[in-house]
Amino acid sequence: MELFTEYGTLLIILAGMFGFFMAWGVGANDVANAMGTSVGSKALTIKQAILIAMVFEFAGAYLAGGEVTSTIRKGIVDTAIFAEQPDYLVFGMLSALLAAGTWLMIASIMGWPVSTTHSIVGSIVGFAAVGVSVDAVNWDKVSTIVASWVVSPVLAGTISFALFRSVQRLILIHDNPFERAKKYVPFYMFAVGFLMAMVTMLKGLKHVFKDIGVQLNFSETAVLAAIFGLLVAFLGTYLLSKVKRDESLEVNDRFANVERVFAVLMIFTACSMAFAHGSNDVANAVGPLAAVVNVVSSGGDIAAKSAMPGWILLLGGAGIVVGLATYGFKVMGTIGRKITELTPSRGFAAELGAAATVVLASGTGLPISTTHTLVGAVLGVGMARGIGALNLRMVGAIFVSWVVTLPAGAALSILFFFFFKGVFG
Amino acid sequence: MAFSNPISDLFGKSPIKPLQEHMSLVVKCSSQLTPFFDAAIANQWEQASDIFDSISKDEDHADELKKQFRLNMPKSLFMPVSRSDLLGILAHQDSIANLSKDICGIVLGRKMDIPKSLQADFLGFIKSAIQTSEQALKAINELDELLETGFVGQEVKFVQKLIRELDAQEHRVDKKERKLRLGLFKIEHDLPPIHVMFLYNVIDNIGEVADTAERVGNRLELLIAK
Repeated sequence: MELFTEYGTLLIILAGMFGFFMAWGVGANDVANAMGTSVGSKALTIKQAILIAMVFEFAGAYLAGGEVTSTIRKGIVDTAIFAEQPDYLVFGMLSALLAAGTWLMIASIMGWPVSTTHSIVGSIVGFAAVGVSVDAVNWDKVSTIVASWVVSPVLAGTISFALFRSVQRLILIHDNPFERAKKYVPFYMFAVGFLMAMVTMLKGLKHVFKDIGVQLNFSETAVLAAIFGLLVAFLGTYLLSKVKRDESLEVNDRFANVERVFAVLMIFTACSMAFAHGSNDVANAVGPLAAVVNVVSSGGDIAAKSAMPGWILLLGGAGIVVGLATYGFKVMGTIGRKITELTPSRGFAAELGAAATVVLASGTGLPISTTHTLVGAVLGVGMARGIGALNLRMVGAIFVSWVVTLPAGAALSILFFFFFKGVFG
Repeated sequence: MAFSNPISDLFGKSPIKPLQEHMSLVVKCSSQLTPFFDAAIANQWEQASDIFDSISKDEDHADELKKQFRLNMPKSLFMPVSRSDLLGILAHQDSIANLSKDICGIVLGRKMDIPKSLQADFLGFIKSAIQTSEQALKAINELDELLETGFVGQEVKFVQKLIRELDAQEHRVDKKERKLRLGLFKIEHDLPPIHVMFLYNVIDNIGEVADTAERVGNRLELLIAK
């Protein structure tokens, strides 16, 4: 297409800038939310949290983020409809990125609990439905995604509830909670390692395995994941062996030493949280960018099957890191100061419940909101009588943000779509 | 930039620490009854007046904490314990402080003379009553550990034991009250009637301190049993 030969580079640069902006937002807000619980429960310092986030966000995006990226890139819109007009897809994805970024900016200035995922999905649906035609939206997929937004916090809450109940049963109700914590915490570490490895191998590394000619069936994958889980548990046991009981801490709080054991576990769940977040939310920035680059570089051939260039992911990762470094650390600090009530024994249950849910969604290619999932998980621990006080008004605010974000993102995206169409078209 | 964050805003202020702070202030009030009555019996009214002022100040402070506590208790707060039980405990705690202040107020205002033959029993009675309030504080101070365990297991049994002890202490206070009343009854004809009336009134109020401490314990039991 003429447009692409003439303006191709400009379009890619624009998409890169918008994608970077979006990734910056993810790093500044979402990652901070995901990691804030670890900072709040004092299991990690802000610096450690940022370091973990950098490594595992990237690992998550790279190893397990493919499915969600592909959903954002070509699952929400019906690509067949765009075959005649690939330029619309390019304008649309550019508008979606810009709209979602703008909306997130407005929302964070106003202090609304808006999700990056919801913004980008709303924006994509908006330009496709209004800018092109209602049929251009893959409504089945969209309704599955929207349903998953309701299901994911509930599922995370259920898992976290069960996790915390198991901690009560196995550790807290007994006379010697410290010894029991040391005995049982490695099992949770195993679960963390197993889960992450399982999803990564089943979904993320599928194409890598295919390339190197390895074929694993489900049970072989499970065995490998179990081995990985064991390795994680061994590493954890080693770290736990360094935690010695300090009687002087128990004068004021008899469970102080138990919490120190859980603080070690929380390092692992924080890694899994960052991994899960990377596998799901990086796609919000990278997916539309990938769609633009794909169409432009193939000269307008939507159906062209090209692997996602590595630099796109790097750009997304870099945006997140910059977002963390410029603004995210502040958010983490604020969260950390505000949620002093969350002890590691609860924080881990909430994080693991949320991480498991998010990773599961990533494996199925469903873009969900990590923050809202985490809110559901925390409520789950609260249901198990684990947390001093939770503010239910937040739940209402989240619900309102769902209702507002979709049309707001869509409206902005439509606006930008016609703007781009006017400028380039 | 307005800062609001879904994760940090989700966490409310836990009511447990403030409740414990309130109770320790209340016990600070009630435990001053012993030095107060020591001074009163010794006819040291200036000293007694100082102690009354101190109790009064602590009671004011407790009232302030109570107000703050209630203001921080919106209905939208989701807690592991029932809101009404917490507010009930707070109200009982607060009346212990009020009672302590009232008792001292009457005794000080009337420069009340406690009959010699009753003095020893009187002081013993007061000490036991104060003990119940201290025992109630001990139970309230377990609330953070209860929360840590999620209100299950050994910790619950431990608190239930504390509450049983509190009940037993209250029974002992009752016994002492009966004995003291009987002693007063025997000599009441020799004393000015209005004076006797107020003596009974003070005894009632001291007994009420123990009853109220027991009520704190009972309400705590309900709160655990949710």
